[in-house]
Amino acid sequence: MDATTHAAHTHEAHEAHHEELGFWRKYIFSTDHKVIGIQYGFTALCFLMFGFLLMTMMRWSMAYPDKPIPMVGGLLEKILGADVASGGVMSPDLYNSFGAMHGTIMVFLAIVPLAFAAFGNYVVPLQIGAPDMAFPRINMVSYQAYFMGGVVMFFSFFAPGGAAKSGWTSYSPLATFADMAHRVDGQTLWLLGMVLLITSSLLGAVNFIATIIQLRAPGMTWMRLPFFVWAQFVTAFLLLLAFPPLEAAGVMQLMDNLLDTSFFLPSGLVVAGQPATISGGGSPLLWQHLFWFLGHPEVYVLILPAMGMVAEIIATNTRKPIWGYKSLVYSVLAIGFLSFIVWAHHMYLTGMGTKISTFFQTTTMIISIPSVIILTCLFLSLWGGSMRFNTAMLFALAFLPMFGIGGLTGLPLGLNFTDLHLHDTYYVIAHFHYVVAPGTIFALFAGIYHWYPKITGRFMSERLGKIHFWLSLIFMNLVFQPMFVQGMAGMIRRMYNGGATYAGTDTEVGLPADILKMNVNITHAAWALGLAQIPFIINFFWSIKKGKKASDNPWNSTTVEWQTPTPPPHGNFTKPIEVHRGPYEYSVPGHATDFTPQNEPEKSTKR
Amino acid sequence: MEIPYTVEARRDTGLFNAKVGIWLFLASEVMLFGALFSAYILLRVGALPGDWPHGLLNIPIGTFNTAVLISSSVTVVLGWAALQAGNFARYRKCQAITLLCALGFLGIKSYEYREKFGHYEVWLNQPITVKHAGKDVQTDRLLGHFTHNGSHPLFWKTETLAEKKVEAIKFSPDPIHYSMTAREMAHAKKEAHGQPHAEIEIKTADIRRLSAFVPGHGPYFAIYFTLTALHALHVLGGAIVIFYIWANTKMWKTEPERYINRVEVSGLFWHFVDLVWIFLFPVLYLL
Repeated sequence: MDATTHAAHTHEAHEAHHEELGFWRKYIFSTDHKVIGIQYGFTALCFLMFGFLLMTMMRWSMAYPDKPIPMVGGLLEKILGADVASGGVMSPDLYNSFGAMHGTIMVFLAIVPLAFAAFGNYVVPLQIGAPDMAFPRINMVSYQAYFMGGVVMFFSFFAPGGAAKSGWTSYSPLATFADMAHRVDGQTLWLLGMVLLITSSLLGAVNFIATIIQLRAPGMTWMRLPFFVWAQFVTAFLLLLAFPPLEAAGVMQLMDNLLDTSFFLPSGLVVAGQPATISGGGSPLLWQHLFWFLGHPEVYVLILPAMGMVAEIIATNTRKPIWGYKSLVYSVLAIGFLSFIVWAHHMYLTGMGTKISTFFQTTTMIISIPSVIILTCLFLSLWGGSMRFNTAMLFALAFLPMFGIGGLTGLPLGLNFTDLHLHDTYYVIAHFHYVVAPGTIFALFAGIYHWYPKITGRFMSERLGKIHFWLSLIFMNLVFQPMFVQGMAGMIRRMYNGGATYAGTDTEVGLPADILKMNVNITHAAWALGLAQIPFIINFFWSIKKGKKASDNPWNSTTVEWQTPTPPPHGNFTKPIEVHRGPYEYSVPGHATDFTPQNEPEKSTKR
Repeated sequence: MEIPYTVEARRDTGLFNAKVGIWLFLASEVMLFGALFSAYILLRVGALPGDWPHGLLNIPIGTFNTAVLISSSVTVVLGWAALQAGNFARYRKCQAITLLCALGFLGIKSYEYREKFGHYEVWLNQPITVKHAGKDVQTDRLLGHFTHNGSHPLFWKTETLAEKKVEAIKFSPDPIHYSMTAREMAHAKKEAHGQPHAEIEIKTADIRRLSAFVPGHGPYFAIYFTLTALHALHVLGGAIVIFYIWANTKMWKTEPERYINRVEVSGLFWHFVDLVWIFLFPVLYLL
């Protein structure tokens, strides 16, 4: 079918079926990618807050171990029971549960659904000029599977023995024997929840790739795709191919827990002084390999959509084309490929052998090259731009150095020799949080401020936005910067009392008092960071009804999602979309405006 | 609103949406089974010498089942081709055979499973002497069957003996053990052919461990059951989809093109399921 007539046909079809859907079909069981995107976004933001709250309680335990948590301590005891929170004091077991669930929730229920599923769902079909996703009903099922996974994870806190407590990595044999008293425990629910979340990701990934391959508007060639779409395309491939091995591993661990198999349990295992009644013969390393085969591409799942968003926002707010579009595209493809062969740099300490370590150390160093290219391109894009410092741009600008710190501090962890010292210390915590928290989360905030007018038809308040930005920037750094110091001093992670066990004394060498005192400072900064989000929450809800009204293209952007009514109707476009140019034609000499939308025809073409 | 390219192919890719979707899905399935095959390799490489079970599965039945599944792949293609030629009746017949093959495969597989659940390994505290291939062999591990109150019990493990207060079991050992080489096994089976089964009495107190061939027996059966059960789930899922398309023929009258696409997509999935079995059979039964 001819591309143009097809678009016209879509348009007519839209006019023909203009029936109103009921509440349930419209908001709960919707197949519209925009509604599903909002569902994902809202659910993920709730989990983001929940994961943050878990952390604030953990921080209390680290700063003031064995003291009752103020305000919420009593509530915790009432809800979770006196065996884990007697008198409002966080027990080590509860700390472990919260730690494991903080990681799981932040990665699988908050950041990935927000960066990939929410923004991807809302923005990608609009940016490529498609009426919806390729498989709208699968899209709906994908959200429902995610939601069910979230429900299972949430209720695992009330499972006998509490939620999973073996870290978000759930290493075997610890994960199998962490709770010997209960057959079906938090770990079981964690695994079931993961299977649901993985199913959701797989369905989403298939949908995204098929949509980007099949539903690009006429004229939207591969090299005219906005960089955000490229980033999402590669991310979808990572999810598609890296998640199934974790699903397999999850099934195997589930069988270890429920059917007495020994996939990950070695022969001669002794648990709590007793030989374990298992067949043995399994391999704990197998779990780690399968976990990190997902785990490392997952890191890029967290960061690539963020880079994509930042590129869009920088191009719009510098009023000039992004620098090195092709380098960005090839770099993101290179990252996608390389991210599958770096996983074992998480396992240097397992003694898997120097040859294997050397291989993974080499690939790890190679993958930093495309990452640096992307960051350099984004930095160079700022050169000579006439910048607009709105909130979205501020967050996008802050992303660059913050991600830079996170990335560069990763190099000593990628090198076998230095990693042996830094492994499992607070240095690692600081490193990956710099990538994900002031990195990805800042990019997500930038994305929210940037696309909010498209979604609601109103701007978010700039004043509240700027308060939110500056406070977040300051406190993020106050939280994570000292952790580098703590880590280098040898403070290890996953300690409910923040390393007090290893405090130095007059006669024994241990952690110095000033290192331990930082726990208190960090905790205060973390709470302040929490308070700094209040302006955002107010802004987010207040602006829906009371914000300043926005036009269809309030930022004068070139990409196609802005060339449609706000908010976009069912079917997205009211007129057929045809793309004539690249994504970032800002300030083209000889043009009346400083932006040329992608769908604006060449002057010479008569239509 | 209508999604483009649900029926006709997009010109530059030459594919309709669902075909892109199913190939991507199959790519993820390759990774899923790939991970399990890698697990198989790692577990097998890590096993102690002579500790990796082999020769315990029923090869003639497995071969027959392989033939059943391959036939179904042939009929799936014939059905799709018939549909493209407009021969709806022939398509219905072919897919009916496909579905029968799928059911047959699952039936045979469950029979095999049940066999395993009643087949045991016993680890003894002290080695005893048994006849293997006509020779007296000292061993502390026996394979075989036993009866309890006249029936062959399923799923028993070491603790079951204590729970049921069994003091001794009447055990008829197999002529083979998986610590033998394939050649020794063949020889032992030949020797034992036609001989009456020797029964030995084993006291519960002498038993260190008792396990049926269930996932908990050891890494081999763990991965065997995981892989074959996951595969069986895929057979079941594929059969349900093929049946759904086969039974709901309204679309053939209203949108024949789309109906053919559906049959093609379900056929692609079916071939994948078949392909997985073609790897599973040699890896689990023959190697």
